[in-house]
Amino acid sequence: MEVGQMQRTWVEYTKSLFMEGFLDGQFTQLQLLQDESNPDFVVEVVSLFFEDSERLLNDLTRALDQQSVDFKRVDAHVHQLKGSSSSIGAQRVKNACIAFRSFCEQQNSEACLKCLQQVKQEYYLVKNKLETLIRLEQQIVAAGGSVPMEELSF
Amino acid sequence: METCNCVEPQWPAEELLMKYQYISDFFIALAYFSIPLELIYFVKKSAVFPYRWVLVQFGAFIVLCGATHLINLWTFTIHTRTVAIVMTIAKVLTAVVSCITALMLVHIIPDLLSVKTRELFLKNKAAELDREMGLIRTQEETGRHVRMLTHEIRSTLDRHTILKTTLVELGRTLALEECALWMPTRTGLELQLSYTLRPQNPVGYTVPIQLPVINQVFSSNRAVKISPNCPVARIRPFAGKYMPGEVVAVRVPLLHLSNFQINDWPELSTKRYALMVLMLPSDSARQWHAYELELVEVVADQVAVALSHAAILEESMRARDLLMERNVALDLARREAETAIRARNDFLAVMNHEMRTPMHAIIALSSLLQETGLTPEQRLMVETILKSSNLLATLINDVLDLSRLEDGSLQLDLGTFNLRAVFREVLNLIKPIASVKKLPVTLNLAPDLPEYAIGDEKRLMQTILNVVGNAVKFSKEGNISITAFVARPESLRDLRFPDFFPVPSDDHFYLRVQVKDEGLGINPQDIPKLFTKFAQNQSLATRNSGGSGLGLAICKRFVNLMEGHIWIESEGLGKGCTAIFVVKLAILECSNESKHPFMQKGPANHGQTTFSGLKVLVMDDNGVSRMVTKGLLVHLGCDVTTVSSSDECLRVVSLDHKVVFMDVCMPDGFEVAIRIHERFTKRHERPLIVALTGNANKVTKENCMKVGMDGVILKPVSVDKMRGVLSDLLEHRVLFEAM
Repeated sequence: MEVGQMQRTWVEYTKSLFMEGFLDGQFTQLQLLQDESNPDFVVEVVSLFFEDSERLLNDLTRALDQQSVDFKRVDAHVHQLKGSSSSIGAQRVKNACIAFRSFCEQQNSEACLKCLQQVKQEYYLVKNKLETLIRLEQQIVAAGGSVPMEELSF
Repeated sequence: METCNCVEPQWPAEELLMKYQYISDFFIALAYFSIPLELIYFVKKSAVFPYRWVLVQFGAFIVLCGATHLINLWTFTIHTRTVAIVMTIAKVLTAVVSCITALMLVHIIPDLLSVKTRELFLKNKAAELDREMGLIRTQEETGRHVRMLTHEIRSTLDRHTILKTTLVELGRTLALEECALWMPTRTGLELQLSYTLRPQNPVGYTVPIQLPVINQVFSSNRAVKISPNCPVARIRPFAGKYMPGEVVAVRVPLLHLSNFQINDWPELSTKRYALMVLMLPSDSARQWHAYELELVEVVADQVAVALSHAAILEESMRARDLLMERNVALDLARREAETAIRARNDFLAVMNHEMRTPMHAIIALSSLLQETGLTPEQRLMVETILKSSNLLATLINDVLDLSRLEDGSLQLDLGTFNLRAVFREVLNLIKPIASVKKLPVTLNLAPDLPEYAIGDEKRLMQTILNVVGNAVKFSKEGNISITAFVARPESLRDLRFPDFFPVPSDDHFYLRVQVKDEGLGINPQDIPKLFTKFAQNQSLATRNSGGSGLGLAICKRFVNLMEGHIWIESEGLGKGCTAIFVVKLAILECSNESKHPFMQKGPANHGQTTFSGLKVLVMDDNGVSRMVTKGLLVHLGCDVTTVSSSDECLRVVSLDHKVVFMDVCMPDGFEVAIRIHERFTKRHERPLIVALTGNANKVTKENCMKVGMDGVILKPVSVDKMRGVLSDLLEHRVLFEAM
């Protein structure tokens, strides 16, 4: 596949992610921060996000598995996840976290479990999408082109 | 033997007769001797005997008489001369003493008699006193009854009990046959039999009030004897054989609260009386005594007082019940009102966003549509759509603004702005419409009007625009002049507006704007209504002008928020009108340290675009967040140090760091700020502390302000926002983003 084609694919794909609400403006900001002095900024941030989120999701699963659930801890974890996802622009994950937090406040463990499932689902979805996106970028760069950030104008 | 001249022949001493004389003399002597002995004996026995010496005399007299008779015994037979001499002496003595005694008795007997009369007199007196004692005791008894009765009456506050008790007690005390109370009816024309001692039917028997006997009783405050045959006394069928008992009637004043004046007894101001009728038992021949009448009068008075007390109590209890009812009703109304307000607020809160979004979409898309190729018809349609939607958007904004204004939740967005530019812009906006209507508009700005001021530019413009717009709207012809100048402090205190207290100060000035037009004018009576919501001036000419009637109401509230005053003067219909408002604006001082610490970001600050080498510390426990913030700041050229805990932060922070960004959702976020404050006390040396938070609520902002943070920023932050934040911070040393 030639570079132009790959670039167009990349643009379409990114636009679709925004349209479908997986990502929001914050992700664009991150992309803006990537420049010559910081060429892998986005990848680094995204990887860190994946690491953090996996850890947090495991912690959450363990915490909600307990006989007597410590809602404060659960809330703290969800808060962290919400922070991370909003920093990176993972909109759907963030929204799921917001819902999760309200159930934590109500101390409703069933609803919390449901929310956890929801969050996990959203996370895996966005992880998938982001990995695809990064792969595309790497392919473009490997093929000698550059990622056309400027075409992402709304 | 000598002869004598006796008619009867001389009688020789017979033996039998001599014997009898002898014996009699003996007994007489005996008796005469024993009498004084008896007397002495009994006198000695009695304690009181005033006439001893009389007794002695009498005793002497009797003894001598006895002696004489005794000696006489010896003279019956031949006796010697001695006996004769003794006899003679005795007789002589006896004669003397008897004469003395006789003389004495003349004095003594009257005395003795008078003693007797005195004794009788004293006995009478004693009897009389006894009688009087009896009377007094009866009176005291009655007095006790009255006191007890009064006590009974006063111990209850129930009308019926009072009256019943009175009758019963009176009946008992005075041993009455019947006791009745006649109360005036509601109309006041009749007396109705309300209470009687003995139960009887019917109790509702009435008697007209204008009877002479009743008038007689009512006109005096004494108990009056009335005839047993008068209607008020003839309550029951007459059952006695002889005379019916005497009847007495007394008036009982029915007192009202208003009758009691201080230091004054109620006189004839009381109009209503009840009648109490008391009947003595028939066939008893008893009479009404004065003390009994007195008792009746006293009781009648007491009853009046007790009744008035009862009435007062009834009133006050009724008032209290009424009050309680009202309170409950008010409480309910208040709760309902609160519910309504809450419902309205909830509705508005939802509608706020929901209504604006589609409106904006419509307006935006319509304007976009305008720029595409359209047929003239379509263009017209689109223009209409646009105009209508603009109007609707304004209306929605107005309504929402107004409700926020009323709630008091609206706050002014203070900022520095160009005052003169505002006026020029208003003029530009209004000129097209005014020129269509051929109304010349002139603007006069006073030369001492400051170029820049600090205030809410948007709302000030809105107010001026509204006022000028009204002037244009309601004028068909004539000049419209807008004047603006700085109001002098003295002229500010206008006695017409006692609510407006302008306080002149050094860093503020009062802007006075007058908009005069020569249009339709307003009836002076309608002027107060102008500033009320939704009230339109319903004259024919204005009905087509449109508008919601909210404009001036909103302006008034904006002006009030700006601590000013707005009013309209007009001489009448057809004479034009002048709208004047005064608002308080702050003077812009050219110093870096602004006087309003919570000022908003000013427009067009040519701040730094790169902050090369600016040492910044970022504290965030969320790795991703930290990295993103660091990336942002590095992109802007800062020298960023990151820490992930509050301890680390406190360890690392130093005077080299100019700004510290901290995520306040961390547990010790606020603590760190306080510690930094403590450590670096000089304000211009210590690092500026800015809170990064995802919580967009007032509480967080307040907490940040409380611990002395220099700014609060809402996450997520874009590059531009961060750039603006940094330049503001460094320029003004303070930044608080509106939440």
